Amino acid sequence: MKLNRFAQSGNWILDRFPLAQLWNDHMAHYYAPKNFNIWYFFGSLALLVMVNQFATGILLTMNYKPDAKLAFDSVEYIMRDVNWGWLIRYMHSTGASAFFIVVYLHMFRGIMYGSFKQPRELIWIFGMLIFVCLMAEAFMGYLLPWGQMSYWGAQVIISLFSAIPVIGDDLSLWVRGDYVVSDATLNRFFAFHVIAVPLVLVMLVFMHIVALHEVGSNNPDGIDIKKLKDVNGIPLDGIPFHPYYTVKDLFGVGVFLIFFTTVIFYMPEMGGYFLEHANFIPADPMKTPEHIAPVWYFTPFYAILRAIPDKFAGVIGMGGAIVVLFLLPWLDRNPVRSIRYRGGLYKKALLLFIISFVSLGYLGTQPATPTATLFARIFTAVYFGFFLLMPLYTRWEKTKPVPKRVTDHHSLLEDIEEQLPLIIEEMTELKPDRPEIGDAAFRGSFYSRRAKLGGVRHVATRLANSIKKSLD
Amino acid sequence: MNIEGVDKSKRQFLTTALTVVGAVGTGYLAVPFLAQMQPSVKAMAAGAPVTVDISKMETGQLLRVEWRGKPVWVLNRTQAVLDTLKSLDNELSDPRSEKSSQPESSKNPYRSIKPEILVAVGLCTHLGCSPTFRPEIAPHDLGERWKGGFFCPCHGSWFDLAGRVYSGVPAPTNLEIPPYRYITDTQIIIGESAGDKSA
Repeated sequence: MKLNRFAQSGNWILDRFPLAQLWNDHMAHYYAPKNFNIWYFFGSLALLVMVNQFATGILLTMNYKPDAKLAFDSVEYIMRDVNWGWLIRYMHSTGASAFFIVVYLHMFRGIMYGSFKQPRELIWIFGMLIFVCLMAEAFMGYLLPWGQMSYWGAQVIISLFSAIPVIGDDLSLWVRGDYVVSDATLNRFFAFHVIAVPLVLVMLVFMHIVALHEVGSNNPDGIDIKKLKDVNGIPLDGIPFHPYYTVKDLFGVGVFLIFFTTVIFYMPEMGGYFLEHANFIPADPMKTPEHIAPVWYFTPFYAILRAIPDKFAGVIGMGGAIVVLFLLPWLDRNPVRSIRYRGGLYKKALLLFIISFVSLGYLGTQPATPTATLFARIFTAVYFGFFLLMPLYTRWEKTKPVPKRVTDHHSLLEDIEEQLPLIIEEMTELKPDRPEIGDAAFRGSFYSRRAKLGGVRHVATRLANSIKKSLD
Repeated sequence: MNIEGVDKSKRQFLTTALTVVGAVGTGYLAVPFLAQMQPSVKAMAAGAPVTVDISKMETGQLLRVEWRGKPVWVLNRTQAVLDTLKSLDNELSDPRSEKSSQPESSKNPYRSIKPEILVAVGLCTHLGCSPTFRPEIAPHDLGERWKGGFFCPCHGSWFDLAGRVYSGVPAPTNLEIPPYRYITDTQIIIGESAGDKSA
């Protein structure tokens, strides 16, 4: 009888709201390719981090004061006097960096497996808009603690607008709401950070997922799984998202949380990369810190800004570095999606791009010495070369035949488990220690493992060869 | 649906008219919404002039004062510095301050009313960091070319001790000179130009 009543109230809802249909369309009968690998964790992890930012962010607003006179002290109050305030704040500040880590990896997955290509261009565009929103959110959030880095970082970034001809000065004045970064700026950034941008972000995430579920997920082989279906119309290479990928993603969440909590509890400032040291000094409009650098996730773009010796061109270069990403679906002229079947030319170009992006990221954290600037210029050229020359080299590359069905690859973990003991065996040997110990009646030696030169050389050669081969 | 006898052109007109009225209304509403983000009356009124007493300044000393929330430097320059300034023209991007912002009374090689006293807004014209005061000549981190000046740590812009920008650095123009005047020989008022004595 009780169960019956429960079912009845369930039906009452189902008659009025398409809960079952939503669940089936997006979970139980949403067929995703069965060959997702480790790279496919980062979408769901980004969602998890977003939830973390919302929850901790709401709690932080309960004690934070968006007022130039009170802001810095209210953050310290949260850190010292509010129950568990330190945890909530570190979850939020670490979450910001974690957000960018998972989003950068998520984007790289898209580039690597051609997930932005027809028919998924809009998913990529929505995703890029999410990325831009995220940067705005992170930038405005960083002003709120009202430390030295907050203040001067905002001063520099808002001044970027003033480089725009004609309207620039008025525009930056309008953004600041004062002639310098001040209480007015702090208050509006708080409004944007807490209400406006998160609303847009949620809407964009919704559209990103709706667009994804309309065309279906890409996969590491870059194959369209909807081409081959069984008699029931279910893709042969598809498995229902729930329970297969919900469970897989839960495992990903577990691994992610190990890293995330380690940072929160043992290295919340991450050596000045997640929370910069100068930001523990209250904002002083009279004095710029000796060395100012943005938080790590902006440094590649910051390095591009610094590399160009002209104010307006620098701002254009920095903005252009993001705009070219939007154009990716139309720059890449090669119909083959996955890196697995693309030509050596593209693989080498992508490798150069990764090197330049990471190097720019490093250079952006360093002072602008002449040598650093020279390197930043070279890597800026490589960064833009990767995108702007793409229409040419993606036409010349020789691709490999793409299979009809998804392939069964060994996972990296399986490979390591299988190969590692063999490699250790090859690179080392067991030798008896000298001198021998014991007396005549019982002679023996201790054995120990030592590196074997020939073996090490052999393994290194094979490694180099396989890297070279994988780039062809 | 029965659409016989429907005057389609009238419908089209009404739809267009409504769209236009709606767009105009939205436009009107956008004005207060956007304008409320402009500096408020209070923020505009906050720019009161600041009086600085320079009677106790040693030669070579730099004084920082706050004016409109910005750092303003008052620097008492030595004769040696003034002599060096004359020799730098070839290395500067705007030695005669033609593209830069200053009151007419300070548009001269020293960029000041009295040659030895420099008054300048201490914000880099690139992206608004406050440059550091580096009066020493040829320190090891800045190299042989450095003749004393202001160095911006953010993006590496160079200015000489008259706030004039070197060529080949990101900053486009010389440091801004605020309006100021002398009340007496040893008192400067920042925020009032040499013209308006009555204010």
